[in-house]
Parts: sequence; C-alpha cells; structure tokens
Amino acid sequence: MVKVRFSSALNSVTGTRETIVELGDTTVKSVFGELVNKFGAEFEKRIFENGEVRRFVNVYVNGDDIRHLDGLDTPVTDSDEISILPAVSGG
Amino acid sequence: MSHVIGLKCRECGAEYPANIQNTCYECFGPLEVNYDWEYIREHISKEKIEKGPNSIWRYADLLPVEGTDYVDLGAGFNKLHHAKNLGKVLGLKELYILDESVNPTNSFKDRVTSVAVTKAREFGATAIGCASTGNLASAVAAHGAKAGLPAYIFIPSSIELGKITQMSAYDPNIIAVEGTYDDANRLASEVADMHPDWAFVNITVRPYYTEGSKTLAFETAEQLGWEAPDHFVAPLASGALLCSIKRGYDELAKLGLIESKDIKVSGSQPLGCSPISCAVREDKEVIPIRELNTIAHSLAIGNPADGYYAKNVILDSGGYAASPTDEEIIDAIFLLARTEGIFTEPAGGTTVAGLKKLVEEGRIDPDERTVVYVTGNGLKAQDTLIKHIKIPQAIKPTFGEFEKQYEQLVVAQ
Repeated sequence: MVKVRFSSALNSVTGTRETIVELGDTTVKSVFGELVNKFGAEFEKRIFENGEVRRFVNVYVNGDDIRHLDGLDTPVTDSDEISILPAVSGG
Repeated sequence: MSHVIGLKCRECGAEYPANIQNTCYECFGPLEVNYDWEYIREHISKEKIEKGPNSIWRYADLLPVEGTDYVDLGAGFNKLHHAKNLGKVLGLKELYILDESVNPTNSFKDRVTSVAVTKAREFGATAIGCASTGNLASAVAAHGAKAGLPAYIFIPSSIELGKITQMSAYDPNIIAVEGTYDDANRLASEVADMHPDWAFVNITVRPYYTEGSKTLAFETAEQLGWEAPDHFVAPLASGALLCSIKRGYDELAKLGLIESKDIKVSGSQPLGCSPISCAVREDKEVIPIRELNTIAHSLAIGNPADGYYAKNVILDSGGYAASPTDEEIIDAIFLLARTEGIFTEPAGGTTVAGLKKLVEEGRIDPDERTVVYVTGNGLKAQDTLIKHIKIPQAIKPTFGEFEKQYEQLVVAQ
C-alpha cells in the first residue's frame, strides 16, 4: 500500500490531495502508470514531457528526490510515501 | 487601474490573477509577475524615483504591490562602493561593490522579504514562513515581527549559530530540520501547500518575492548616474538572485531609464555545492546534487529551482561562472575586509573569490566596469571565521610591553 500525496497544483486533475496505490513491491514508474489510469491523460500531461518527469516537477520517495535515487526505476515498497511537488526553492 | 495585471507562467504563458500561487496549473512551470508596461511607462520617471524614500520603495512602480502600506524596516538604497583598492589588487580599472551587509537584518534578503511580506499582508495571509539557510530566516522573522504576523521558519539544523541566535531574537517559530536545506525546503513546501492562507515568502509567494532583488540593479544603475555596468558578478544559490538582477537592468532599459546595452552576467558558487557553476562551465544541464560540502551555508542549495534559467542568462550574456574552494572563499573574505573595509560572510567571500578567479581566467576584461554584489554580513558567520584569525595575546598595561609588541607587529608586516 503506497501512499501518494499531491501538490495543490494538481487539484484540478486529481480532485484529492492523497491517494493509495495497491501494487505491492514495485517501482515509481508503475505507481505513475496506475495514477495515469486513475486520473487520466491530463494528469500524465502535467507530470511528464517526452516520457520524462518535467523539469519543474519534483517526485520524492519518503522525502528523497528520485533524481538522487534511480529516477522512475526507483523501487517502492509497501508503506512507502510518494510526494509530488513543484520545484521551488531558495533565494 | 494597477501596474500589476497578475501572474504568468514562465514556461507556457498561462495567466492567473494575482494571488498566493507559485505554480502553473497547466504545466507545473514557475509563475512570474505580469506587469502592465504601458501603465508603468506613463507613471515612472527618474525624477520621481530620486524624490522617493531612501529604501527599495523608491522603486515601488516596478514592484508588485498595491498602495503604500509597506512592511518596511528600511531595506535597500545601500552604498555602491567604488572599490579602488580591491580593483588595484585584482587589476580591474573600475570595480564597484554594492554592500548588502548593511541591510536591517544584514543581508540582501531584507529586500525580497519586505516585498513578500507586504504582499502577504495585502492578500490577508494569517502567517508567513520560509525555508532558509539563515539569512532569509532573520529577514522573515524581523518583518513578521514588524507586520504582527506569526512566522514559521524551516532551517537545516547545521547552519551557523550566529544566524540561529539572530533569528531567535525576533521570536519566530523555528523548525530545525535534520538534513540539508533541500530537505528543509521540501518539508516547508508540503506544509505551505497544506496552509493556503499562509504566505511562505520563497515558496508560495515566490513570484512577488523574487521581484525584490531587481532593486539591486535599480540602485546600482541610479548610483552610476543611470547607467548599467559592463559586467556584474553575483552569488549563485537557487539562481533566482542573478536572474532578478539581470531582469532589473532589462526593465530599466525597456523603460528608457538607462541606455540599452549588453551586460555580461557571471556567477559564483562554492566548489562544494556548485550545480549551476558546473553546468555553465561544462555547458550541460543543471544536475541537482545531494551531498553539500561548503562553509558557505547560505549558498548550499543542491537542487536550485532557478538553476536552469540562471545558466541560460549567464551563457546568453557572454558571462561565465566560478567555483572557488572554501580556502579561496576565506581568503577572499579577508581580502575584501582589508582592502575595502567591508566584512562579509562566506557567501560574499564566494562572490569575491569568484570575481578573482574570473579575472585570472580572462573572463572579465580589466577595462570593463564591473559590479560585485556582496550579499551578507561577516558578523553572522563568526563561528566559521574565528578558526581563521589569530586571537591577540594579552599584554600587561605598560609602555614597555607595548613597545615589545609593536616591534613584533612591525616585523610581521
């Protein structure tokens, strides 16, 4: 059971700030596949560009940016938390 | 009628009304302020600016706030030093330093915070906040105190004690987070997202916040007799400051307040955390880094949100970027202090060290009129710097003892 938290910027396509994905041990890519099934092409368009996560989208697994892990191939196990946030930081 | 139309996506151009919002709902791109340039052109003049207050608010026509009820501690309108001594050491004919260490909380962050907190109050926000490496924390805490708004400050727990002492004095709610700035920032972003009535200055009201840094360009141009420099050097953390300064010069030129010219833009980032400098020097994408290893805590951002834009601004302008080591940063702090009488923290040392390297590499022409932005005060980083100074040995209060020490001092020189 993976918990996914969405930025409010995604509210118009997800209609919720949080959802549960039941895939057992899997990868970030598979979780996104499931989310696209659930929330449709609009969700996919906002997160991905040419199959890659958009430059201004940050995806975290238990607080770690997937760019520092294995990207979309990052393994996800049951009870992990994924957050999708816009990239904003610093001064 | 207002000079602000609203917000606009920097990536896809989608427009939104002015509100507490930082992200495009269409493409996730960052938003920027969308101004009515015709309105501004009709209302702005050099004379009007020159009659304005001695603070950033003399440039209010180019800042995204309505009315004049500013949250103002007096940020800005700082001295542009003609740095003849440092220029001579580095072989530069015309070097200037805008000294930001003298702002109300001793860094350039007072400029952006004054704008952001004024905007927060305009929006009716019930609290303000930020993620910070220390300088922004004090600026937000102080302006929160002035505005009577509670402040929530997220910091990495490893920053300088001097900065924690200063921010604590203003009595904000401090959340010290294990990990790096990027960890503190992610947590602050999630908290900000769950509290839409709070204004996190560098997160949820970021489009307005970054506008405050344009005043660094405005002040430089005004003090140069309404002219732009040939080249400027700024520190790089998220990259937002450098982009804002460039935008400031571009806006003055667009309005005819200065002559339009090509300004070279260069940046400096500590070697132990230099994702933007590396991208410039190797002409590649900005790759976020996780392990940050530098004494320049205020520049230690591994995932720079504006890195992509900063890299493009630098390369498009014909400028370059430097990555000085911590040792070079410390040397530059003392070089600046002993040549120009300005005591800066490691972020300022990074910029001066970067300037030196860029001159040595031939990236800055000795004839160019060059401006350096020194963004913070050395008093904030005493725990770092004390390791690099010689503590004076006490002498007995007798003339003989003084003479002995004087001889030693003369020999040492």
